[in-house]
Formats: sequence, structure tokens, C-alpha cells
Amino acid sequence: MTMPELMYREALNQALAEEMERDANVFLIGEEVGRYNGAFKVSQGLLDRFGSARIIDAPISELGFTGMSVGAAMVGLRPVVEMMTWNFAILAMDQIVNNAAKLRHMSGGQLRCPIVFRGPGGAGGRLSSQHSQALEANYAHFPGLKVIAPATPADAKGMLKAAIRDENPVIMFEGERLYALKGEVPEGEHVVPLGKADVKREGTDVTIITWSRMYYFCMEAAEQLAKEGISAEVLDLRTLRPLDEEAILASVRKTNRVVIVEEGWALAGVGASVVDLIQSKAFDDLDAPVGRVTGLDVNMSYAANLENATQPDAPKIIDAVKKVLYREGA
Amino acid sequence: MASPYSKEQLLTMYRKMYLIRRFEERTGQQYTLGKIAGFCHLYIGQEAVAVGPNEAIRPDDYMLSAYRDHGQPLARGSDAGMVMAELFGRGTGYSKGKGGSMHIFDIEHHFYGGYGIVGGQIPLAAGMAFASRYRNEDRVTVCYFGDAAANQGSFHETLNMASKWKLPVIYICENNRYGMGTAIARTSAVPEIYKRASAYGMRGEPVDGMDCLKMYEAVKDAAAYCRAGKGPVLLEANTYRFRGHSVADPATYRSKQEVEEERKNDPIPKLRDYAIKNKLAVDSDFEAIDEEVKAQVDAAVKFADESPEPALEELWRDTIVEEGEQDVRPRERVLGVKVTNWPKYPSGQELKVTWDLEPREQAEQADKKAGLSR
Ligand SMILES: Cc1ncc(C[n+]2csc(CCOP(=O)(O)OP(=O)(O)O)c2C)c(N)n1
Repeated sequence: MTMPELMYREALNQALAEEMERDANVFLIGEEVGRYNGAFKVSQGLLDRFGSARIIDAPISELGFTGMSVGAAMVGLRPVVEMMTWNFAILAMDQIVNNAAKLRHMSGGQLRCPIVFRGPGGAGGRLSSQHSQALEANYAHFPGLKVIAPATPADAKGMLKAAIRDENPVIMFEGERLYALKGEVPEGEHVVPLGKADVKREGTDVTIITWSRMYYFCMEAAEQLAKEGISAEVLDLRTLRPLDEEAILASVRKTNRVVIVEEGWALAGVGASVVDLIQSKAFDDLDAPVGRVTGLDVNMSYAANLENATQPDAPKIIDAVKKVLYREGA
Repeated sequence: MASPYSKEQLLTMYRKMYLIRRFEERTGQQYTLGKIAGFCHLYIGQEAVAVGPNEAIRPDDYMLSAYRDHGQPLARGSDAGMVMAELFGRGTGYSKGKGGSMHIFDIEHHFYGGYGIVGGQIPLAAGMAFASRYRNEDRVTVCYFGDAAANQGSFHETLNMASKWKLPVIYICENNRYGMGTAIARTSAVPEIYKRASAYGMRGEPVDGMDCLKMYEAVKDAAAYCRAGKGPVLLEANTYRFRGHSVADPATYRSKQEVEEERKNDPIPKLRDYAIKNKLAVDSDFEAIDEEVKAQVDAAVKFADESPEPALEELWRDTIVEEGEQDVRPRERVLGVKVTNWPKYPSGQELKVTWDLEPREQAEQADKKAGLSR
């Protein structure tokens, strides 16, 4: 049986429509989500289908409409808040971190906050510093939140559906540069559980751990490495909080060598925590220090060559893999 | 002219204000004894602002506040012992001792919390009001915040949305004239907070916050306005805190004379005098309340003092909702009473959303008029 091919944005659109159909408590709010059909067209056609009380064009008040949605979730609605991009959600961080993440705790278990905050993260194309940031590490830091970052259209659909059904605040990073990417997406009830990583490519010599857009560079690197006789396993974390410790450790025990690839900055990054996990729970299984490929420790430039140099890519990943394999004097 | 209030109404309001006053006095005392820690903000002087409005709304209307949040839940009917236990950091507190003074939550009484970030609760209230409209319920949400909070972006962003979408929310600014040690006039271009409502096309009014009945009337009226779908209301309750910003603050930034002047406006004797003058109560009524409330507050302190600290396993609870997990009902958990009025929300199957936030025809006509095609 062949599955329909959908773009990443279409997969998200399908998830939203299906969940809104299933549960009238679900509504979508954000800048340009309604009549404009979404800044990245994720909400295409939803206003016509669900009306203006459920597909809400918000003013440019990130903190305001985020907090308002948290309040709606406190009394049982299930808001999906679209951030035009995560760069702008920095203005809303107080409401996400100080309210959504802590409501259940501060109320001693009286309240729940079933809400999804979603939108594109990571670098745009030639947009310079304020529009090109991978900010997932910021949110992965906070107890009370779940953080997800699917790479493929199928995962995007399945994880958004799971996020909307989750009783906790979920932060969903989509890839700004993934929206037009196509892949097979199961129709109808396709729910990918949160907190589960996925071995996207089996291998025996080294594990490459990644998520979101970097996944594609990792797959490209793995293909090239295969030609050189190096068998790389690609583990797509998909969820960054909670980390799927079992899947990470199982893969490390199998390949004994690890490279972690992250679009964001190295210091206090998600990868740093994965390294910590591996060295504290699987040190004896390691044949080499864990390698990391991250964005450079600088802000993003506009100039094409500088922008490219700032981000991880397949050649950098290949170098890192060879280093943990002690090959070619890397 | 005869008073429009019944004896019962007046004594209920008096009793609640008096309870808050005595509770707060004991709170300050327990803080000095080291039984209460952290930031602890007393409500003494502002009792009318919590009690009048609470009597003017329904028990199932929503309410939330900032960190000066012991008064409102007591006005709503929360258990004084469990509030005190929360201040003591005991497992029998409303939030199992995890929230403390600044985060009292009592969902059974529809009190949706105290919040420690200045202005952070203002958008939450709009969201709760949004949910009421979304479900076609005629509930209102009452949200308290301080004068200094009115300078936060959250205030301006939220008023804009609440007014545009006609959300049934009553914002009560407790203007006690200071944000910590800074007089509001020093930091605000327009220190009359109610005037800011006009910038968002919404109703805004000043109210005498030292008069419980004035607060009652203002909120009664505002609630009817909200329930009729006319939109939000901003009330500026002009009030005064007789104590420092928190228990630890000696409040040297205000003159003795100013405080003395304001103490003459004490809302509690004011209500008492009103009741006596209108022949709705006599001295012995107040003496009886005095005794009852003192005993109630004594019992609350004793309850808190004798309660155990939370179990260490509690550290790992209440951060993430596990699948199938129920919400905690504090009075059921602590006192073993059956809580019956826990909020219930319609499931996604039962719910019919009939509200049109931005009617399509209207939008299309506007487009047509402007010569736009879609
Ligand atoms: C965002 C933020 N900034 C600063 C503080 C520190 N702080 C706590 S209360 C307060 C004064 C607020 O005054 P107001 O809003 O008028 O309320 P009141 O204390 O008078 O009731 C300040 C500055 C805080 N809690 N949150």
C-alpha cells in the first residue's frame, strides 16, 4: 500500500484539521493564521472550515495572546498557539515558562495546562541574526514542558496530534526550511507518541544523534560514509524533553561511537545533556569521546558564505564521524 | 432613605473583611516568629477590594490575583487553616506547600491563583473569559493586579484583545499608590489607571476602594455589563495598604502623617458604622463576629503549626500530568470532605462553538468595499 506524499506543512495542516474535527475544545490562534492562511501556510483553509472563533487572527502581541491562551487552557480548552517563528516567541517566554510550565506545580496538582505552542525554528534563508536561531535548548531546560522537533512530514503529523491530546504544555519546533519538504504521511489516525526517539537508519560503526532539520544533513553524511564503508546509525530524537534515554543508550551500546548534531549553539545545548547522559550511563561502552557538531558560537550573518559557515552540514558531520573513528588523521 | 442591603449581606461582608484583617495580622506575627518565610505581602487596609466584588459575583465566576493573594481566597470561602498551612510550607496547604504565600490556588472556590510576576496574570484572565465566551457560558472573570502592573506590556496587550473581542472580564486595579517603594506618580505618565481603558475603547471607572459597598456596587454593575456581552471593564480601586510592601518592608518611603490620614478611611469600621447607622446591626453582632473570627484564626494557626511538612516524594509530583492522572482536590485530600463543585467542562463532542469572533460576512463586505478580492 502506498501512502500519499505530503509536504511537511500539509501534514501539519492535516493534523490540525483532524484534531479540531475530533475535539471542539481545540482552537488555533496566532498572527496571520486566519484570513492570510498562515505565514507559512500551515493553516491554509482552516478559517473557512472552522470559523473565526476557532481560527483566530491575533494582534502582534506575543506575550498577550500566549498568556491568554494559557488562561483558556487552565479552564479546559485546548489551544494551539502558532508562533510566527520562535524568534518572536522570546517576547512570550514569560507566559510559557513562568505560567504554563509551572501552573500544575504551583497549584499543587489542581490545574492542568493542555496547550501546544508551535511554529518554525532554526535558520531561515539569509535572514540574519534575529530571524535565524535554533532555540529549542532554551525550552528543553524547563521542567513542566515537553519539547518536540520532528524532522519528517509523517512525524510532524503524528507528533502534532499527540501534542494536542497531551495534558501538558508542549513546545513544538518545526523547521522553517522543512515546510515544503515532501514525504509519505499515513492518512487519518496516525499518532506518534511523545518521548520516543526513532532509529531512522540502522548502522553498526557509529551513532549520529540529531533532530529536526539537521536530520537531513545527517542522512546525507551517512550515505556518503556508507560509500567509504562506514556504517552510520541515525537516531532522530524527535522529543528533546523528556529525552528517550533508553533509545540513546541502546544505540550507543550497539555502535560504541557517537556524534551529536545540533543546529543550536554548543554551550548549554541539548547535545551537552546527551553527552552527559552517555558518559554517566554508558561510559564503558564508548570507544571514543563523544563528538559534537553544532552551530558556531556566533550570531547568524546575512552574507551567504558566512551563513553557511555558521551552520552544520554534511561535510562537517563526516569529519566528526571520522574523528570518533580515528580515521584519516582527523 | 432605607439601606438597600440586608442585615445578612452586611454582616457577611463585615465578617469576611474582619477575617482577612485578623488572618493577616496573625500572618505578620507568624512571619516574625520565623514560621512563615519567603516574600509575604499583607492585605491590611485593602480588604474592601476583595470582599465587595466577591459578594457581587457568583460563586462559579472565576477570580485570580497577583502575589498579594491571601485576601481574595478567604473572601471566596477558602479554608483559613489550609491557607495558613500553605504559608507555613506544610503538606496540608492548598498547593501542598509548593506554592507558598504568592501562589494560593483554590479551584473548588474558583480562585485560579496568585502569581509572582508583576502583570503576568492579566492575560490569563482574558483567556479564562475567552473560554467562557467560547463555550457560551455567562461567567465573568475578575482579575486583580496592582497599580505598578498597569505599566507592564501584558496589561496593554491584553486590554486591547479583551476589548476587541468583548471578553467578559473585570480588571480590578488595586491602586494602593505604591509599587514596592515607588509612588505610582513617579513612574506613570497617567497615574489615573482607569483612564487607560479609553485607549482601548473599553469602559474604565475609578472606585473608592476603601468602601466595601462602593466596590460591591461597581462590580455588580460591571458583571451585568460583561454578562450582557458588552465587553470588559477596568475598575481602579483607590485603596491603601497600611503595612509595607511585604512583611519585611518597614515602608520608610511614606510619611507617618500620610499613613495616619489613610487609616481614618479604614474600610472595616466604615462598614460597621454604616450598618449601625442604618439600624441593620447592633454592637453585639460585631462582638459575636469578633469572637468567632478570633477562634477561627487561632484554629487556622494551630492547624498549620501541627501539620507535617510535605512528603519528599511530593518533589516528583505535579510537574507533568501523567496519563489518566486526576487533578488534586485539596479539601478532599486534606480534610476528607467530598468536593462537589469542582469545575466541569464540556467534552469536545458535547461542545458547540456558536460564537463568531469576526463574522465572515462582515469581513467580506469590508473587503468588497475596499475593492479587495479573496
Ligand atoms: C516582572 C516583575 N518585576 C519585578 C518584580 C518585583 N516586584 C514584586 S512586587 C513589585 C511591586 C508591584 O506593585 P503593584 O503592582 O502596584 O502591586 P502592589 O504590591 O502594590 O499590590 C515589584 C517591583 C516582580 N515580582 N515581577
